[in-house]
Amino acid sequence: MTTVPAHVEEATPADDYSLVAIARRRWEALKAGDVGSLPIVIGLALIVAFFYSRNENFLTAGNFTNLMTQMAGVTTIAIGVVFVLLLGEIDLSIAYVAGVASVLVAQLQVPDGHWEVKGVLAIAIAVTITALIGGVQGSFVAYVGVPSFVVTLAGLLFWQGVILYRIGEAGVIIIEDSTINNVANYFFSDRAGLLIAAIGTALFALSTLAGVVGRRRHGIRTDNLVIVAAKLVFVGAVLFGAVIWANKERGFPLAFVLVIILLVFWTWVAERTTFGRHIYAVGGNDEAARRAGINVARIRLYVFMISGLMAGFGGVILAARLNSVDLNAGGGTLLLDAISAAVIGGTSLFGGRGRVISALLGALVISTVGNGIDLLGYSSAIKYMVTGAILLAAVTLDAVSRRRLERAGR
Amino acid sequence: MTEAAAETTPTPAAETVPTLETRAVSKSFGQVDALVDVDFEVRSGEVMALVGDNGAGKSTLIKCIAGTYSLDSGEIYFDGERVSINGPKDAARRGIEVVYQDLALCDNLDVVQNMYLGREIRDWFRRLKEAPMEARTADTLKGLRVTTISSIRQPVASLSGGQRQSVAIGRAVMWNSRVVILDEPTAALGVAQTEQVLALVRRLADQGLAVVLISHNLHDIFEVADRITVLRLGRNVAVYQRAQTTQQEVVQAITAGVPTKVSGIEGEATIK
Repeated sequence: MTTVPAHVEEATPADDYSLVAIARRRWEALKAGDVGSLPIVIGLALIVAFFYSRNENFLTAGNFTNLMTQMAGVTTIAIGVVFVLLLGEIDLSIAYVAGVASVLVAQLQVPDGHWEVKGVLAIAIAVTITALIGGVQGSFVAYVGVPSFVVTLAGLLFWQGVILYRIGEAGVIIIEDSTINNVANYFFSDRAGLLIAAIGTALFALSTLAGVVGRRRHGIRTDNLVIVAAKLVFVGAVLFGAVIWANKERGFPLAFVLVIILLVFWTWVAERTTFGRHIYAVGGNDEAARRAGINVARIRLYVFMISGLMAGFGGVILAARLNSVDLNAGGGTLLLDAISAAVIGGTSLFGGRGRVISALLGALVISTVGNGIDLLGYSSAIKYMVTGAILLAAVTLDAVSRRRLERAGR
Repeated sequence: MTEAAAETTPTPAAETVPTLETRAVSKSFGQVDALVDVDFEVRSGEVMALVGDNGAGKSTLIKCIAGTYSLDSGEIYFDGERVSINGPKDAARRGIEVVYQDLALCDNLDVVQNMYLGREIRDWFRRLKEAPMEARTADTLKGLRVTTISSIRQPVASLSGGQRQSVAIGRAVMWNSRVVILDEPTAALGVAQTEQVLALVRRLADQGLAVVLISHNLHDIFEVADRITVLRLGRNVAVYQRAQTTQQEVVQAITAGVPTKVSGIEGEATIK
């Protein structure tokens, strides 16, 4: 660092790790259009404040545990959507693929003697099949080159047909298998909940510290230890806070623990593995990825399999919550909720930008709005209009920040 | 190809063996002869400019060397040894790197991620090892004296054209490469940034790499190149020593040069 040209001197140097410098860099990135999760966090705070001011019940422990189980299915499906959107593709079949998983677990557990499969094995079979469904659709996209919009639109129709065909005569299948039902209806005891929060905090602390130590060993200082500590305290506080709050009612729901495990796992895949890195590369510039020797078609195929897999998990959670599957499996607003969740959470529709956590953030927004409007006694007409407006705001924000980023690039 | 074609032409440039050499390379697409018996060479420590009008066959020649196209006929020698290059990975393994005009960077990824794209360092569990990648990226850029990038953890989208070019070049030279081919590296740049990139090109050669520079801009070429190979209509026209020629002479060769070989008859490239 001997000669630094004049035009960069005004920018905050990257190797300055004082709190002020970090804050200034964040601010500069923000001005350049890199808004990250900031709008959604602010939006969420406003939504919560609004509903709380209208109805005190909104923040009760009962409603809180309710909300967590309500949003578990959509969040799970939205995780798969995030991956598809990272590629700049779309998967319209997810809701009915989720429905297929619902029907599969329900039919597998029916105690009718011949092909009865129980519990975890039934779930495993269901999600394996939906992952394969995603793989079939993905291979059309990746190897044949059919636009994903069309392939998955065909999937939407096809799998809806399959669900109607399988459930047609019965109209509804009751799920009696307790393992399957527990996926969405089991609540941890107070002590187990706290133990989970402690384990979660400890794991987060360990992985964060391991990262810091590793970087220091290579002589790279990037994190201010105050910020690292603040992050740890924040995550710990959120986990323990949520558990303690839920413990005032039924306790912390298993469904949400599953959602957190899935979020952590897929975040790890997206941000810490070569596979994840290559997904971002293909979404950003597939030609560059191809020239860098990345097997672009295989990445596309795997991502559609992830989409199918996560839709399957979501379908199992949704079926378990209702203890049954009927003709509406995968219908209603499930598809749009899942896609909106990923987009509202900050994943770009243009590919290459977004994080797995946006599935949770977006689903939180959609679910709190839905839950709050139900609580205030408004009709679903209002719910749709509000959700639509939020979605438009989110996509507009994405487009605007993208334009700003491009301009900042000049 | 006959052994007769393998007769080397001694050049006054250096006594050493060319790092990369093509002999009588031909390539056609259907009825179109894109390259006809083209000879080309580049030596370690020199900048060899490759010039010609649109359709002269520059890009085709580069793509043959880089393994994107297969040869119809002709030979490629690497360090004096005949090699066959099957695909881009093969070329990369031998240390031939191409920086294409569109740079092939992912705007959404940061500098480190782009430098290591497709060749990430990972552990036994396929986890990325960010720290060594970041450290080596910083070293590489420092070695090339690219000091204008304030953070190598910022997305490439936020870099200027010259900085992006520097990243693309840095990526190409990071892998113990021997030959770096730059396709129009200054085409989209302003005056100051062009100067930066040209200085970087010169530095690559001074560090012992064999550099091939494709450009339409003769001013740039006369600033950094040691020798200039002119192609016209897919054929060799001339090879000039930069110090012993003028821009007019090169322009003349580009627009109206006479091929030094007639198809089917072996001859020697004119060295002036």
